[in-house]
Amino acid sequence: MKEFSSLYKAIDETTKTNSKLAAMQAYFQTACHDDAAWAIFFLSGERFKRLINTRVLREWAMQSSQTSSWLFEESYSWVGDLAETVFLLVPSRATTTEGGLAFWVKERIEPLRTVAPDRVHDELMTCWQSIGPSERFLFLKLVTGGLRVGVSKRLVIRAIANAFQLPTELVAHRLTGTWLPTGESFRALISNQIESQLPSQPYPFCLANPIDVESHGIGEANDFLAEWKWDGIRSQLIKRGDQLYVWTRGEERVEDRYPDICQIARQLPDGTVLDGEILAWRNDKPLPFTDLQKRLGRKTVSPKLMRDIPVVFMAYDLLEYRGRDIRSEPLSLRRKWLAEVLNQAEIRLSEPVAIPEQSDAPNWEQLARLRETSRSHGAEGLMLKKWDSPYQVGRVRGAWWKWKIEPLTIDAVLVYAQKGHGKRSSLFTDYTFALWDRDGLVPFAKAYSGLSDSEIREVDAIIKANVKEKFGPVRGVAPILVMELAFENIQLSSRHKSGFAVRFPRILRWRKDKLARDANSLDDLRVLVQAHGMPSQS
Amino acid sequence: MRPAGLFCPQGDFYIDPWRPVTRAVITHAHSDHARWGSKQYLCATDSVSLLRDRLGTDIAVTGLNYGESILVGSVRLSFHPAGHILGSSQIRIENAGHVSIVTGDYKREPDTTCPGFEPLSAHCLVTESTFGLPVFKWPDTTLTAQDIRSWWLDNQALGVTSILYGYALGKSQRVLNMLQDDIGPIFIHGALHKPIDAYRLAGVRLPETKLVSQAPKDFDFSRAMILAVPSAHGTSWINRFRNRSTAMVSGWMQIRGNRRRRAMDRGFVLSDHADWDSLIRTVREVAPEEVWVTHGFADIFSRHLRDLGWNALPLKTEFIGEVNEDKESAPTAAGETE
Ligand SMILES: [Zn+2]
Ligand SMILES: [Zn+2]
Repeated sequence: MKEFSSLYKAIDETTKTNSKLAAMQAYFQTACHDDAAWAIFFLSGERFKRLINTRVLREWAMQSSQTSSWLFEESYSWVGDLAETVFLLVPSRATTTEGGLAFWVKERIEPLRTVAPDRVHDELMTCWQSIGPSERFLFLKLVTGGLRVGVSKRLVIRAIANAFQLPTELVAHRLTGTWLPTGESFRALISNQIESQLPSQPYPFCLANPIDVESHGIGEANDFLAEWKWDGIRSQLIKRGDQLYVWTRGEERVEDRYPDICQIARQLPDGTVLDGEILAWRNDKPLPFTDLQKRLGRKTVSPKLMRDIPVVFMAYDLLEYRGRDIRSEPLSLRRKWLAEVLNQAEIRLSEPVAIPEQSDAPNWEQLARLRETSRSHGAEGLMLKKWDSPYQVGRVRGAWWKWKIEPLTIDAVLVYAQKGHGKRSSLFTDYTFALWDRDGLVPFAKAYSGLSDSEIREVDAIIKANVKEKFGPVRGVAPILVMELAFENIQLSSRHKSGFAVRFPRILRWRKDKLARDANSLDDLRVLVQAHGMPSQS
Repeated sequence: MRPAGLFCPQGDFYIDPWRPVTRAVITHAHSDHARWGSKQYLCATDSVSLLRDRLGTDIAVTGLNYGESILVGSVRLSFHPAGHILGSSQIRIENAGHVSIVTGDYKREPDTTCPGFEPLSAHCLVTESTFGLPVFKWPDTTLTAQDIRSWWLDNQALGVTSILYGYALGKSQRVLNMLQDDIGPIFIHGALHKPIDAYRLAGVRLPETKLVSQAPKDFDFSRAMILAVPSAHGTSWINRFRNRSTAMVSGWMQIRGNRRRRAMDRGFVLSDHADWDSLIRTVREVAPEEVWVTHGFADIFSRHLRDLGWNALPLKTEFIGEVNEDKESAPTAAGETE
């Protein structure tokens, strides 16, 4: 526990990637295998669901620190993080912690899940009195399921690869799919024998970098395959040993959610792995992402739901062909074989974008013009993939680019604010924006990100000096701040008070030059939606 | 209370007024307490030169030794150590047997650069509450000193310059004495020069320091400790130190969000203000009939005192909007609230 806690602290305290990498590398070299396995689990962003009800945790903290409930709430509202508030308030006499991370997870933390309600306080206290000051915060973060470590999975993989002198790709591959945090798994992970893989194992996904072709030359248009950039669920479809597996990029197995896709995919030849996107689809066009979302949460899928929201697998790459890993082959060859494989099953191929006036080779101007029509195709822009590139692991520059369309923008008025969490716990950083309507300002979107740190402080000061009313942690703010917001997408929606559902709202810039009365209206938003022809939400 | 600040009618003077007045009694030389423009200033002897540094050498200022009292109008006034910074004082006012104490900023932790807080008893207490929230509990000062020293040693081992940010007046001198110069050379940012000099003139012994600007060209700073003001962080001034580790020393560093927001490598918890337990302990020791809470979490701390059975109320200050939360922006602006 001590070692992992120091690692967590070292990562938390520095902003430098190299220091994080070095700290993890040193940890993996010295940690015992059981602990290291759990460390990988938490460092890769896996979490327990909350083991203890927050209400119970609060009650315990108030009792054991003799803090009245209003004072606890004031403290929490100022600190902005429940685990940290409890950590700062509840005293303990323990000076050191016995036992490693695996011991604490299995013997102390996981059992809390099943403790009888009247015993929870006692069990928490037992833990608390046997855990040293440096480990207490981590303990609470684990118990509340709120542990977030500032490293990417890719960095964790690099640290393990460096620590045991293994190829990064091998470590990435071994970590993909279901990976159980046991000493056994860790030994398999760092073994230098190349093992045969599990049939269900997917490959690590290749990711694209964003690009703006106008400003950054990336080569000849001709060298790239241009496809629509779909807004679906990135997935791998695996057919091995006569079994079908569907993995999402979030590393979830989802066969049971898409029986309609599985039915068709069974026709695929054995030893096939496809990379592609799951999309809700009707009449040769994708349905809005919000429709697809209705199928995401369902483990059991009714025939009615399948009729209402049909889905397809849109294939764009082939990773395994006739049982052979072909990722090192160029895209041109992989696409040729992909077409061949898809001949045997009615799976949709993500076609290259068609250029109407194509004479021989596409050029950037034509592609730019096509990109402008993305919204009418239900796409977010273009994907550009180099014809001669292998299929790489993670976000490697140069081979895959995403060229997204400009977001839709509108000027809106800040009307409510709330304090942020974690890094920004004492500042107002969560804002609700409104647009004008006949009766005044109507809230329509929440946005958190987009301002610089100094702007956030400036806005925070203005909010504090212009609070009109309080609703719990929310402050009603006088209408004086105008910001330009950007969206990926806007749809008409009967479920929202404003009549609109917005996707990925973010702050583009603070319009200090504008007064509240200069902000846009709901009518302007309606015009924007109509101009871009987005389908309405049911 | 008056628009210009805390006023004593029997003595016709203000304490730490925020607007120009005829007679200003000053608890200490921080800028949120010692403001420009008053006709006469009265403060503790050790504060006089600090006040001149801040407000100009031409101000009319009188110093009074700790414990000495004078009659102002019908009241007897005296200064007593508050332990906050050099010259910081509690102000004791006695009028017809009724005693009031204004703590100014204070702390109860040890500090080798100024005399420690002297507990007094009074009928009426005006207390600060900069850290008047139970989440603020200071760690042992000697442990913090060890942490800072081992951070410096670790940096030396890596050949990395240590840059430590702290408030110019009070905090930096206290830290200087915790560091000592046995580990390596200590350099200072220009803004620290005057206050450090003033401490030395007042007889406080501090380790040797040099100005960064006086270092020879191409000087190797890799073993050095650089003390600087928080506002230097993120400016081109620190670019001269190629490999560096940065840290902030402040009571606000107790909160993880504050540490992370500053994008520094380390945050050390060390404050010149009283923490939650000390605030309560002090009220108990003074045992007043009424408590007025100001400067900080006034609403929260006074409400808690009422829960404990004290007759306590917040003292409204000049700030508008959400008074308590205005203090929150302090750590992002100037570092420590003064
Ligand atoms: Zn102050
Ligand atoms: Zn002060």
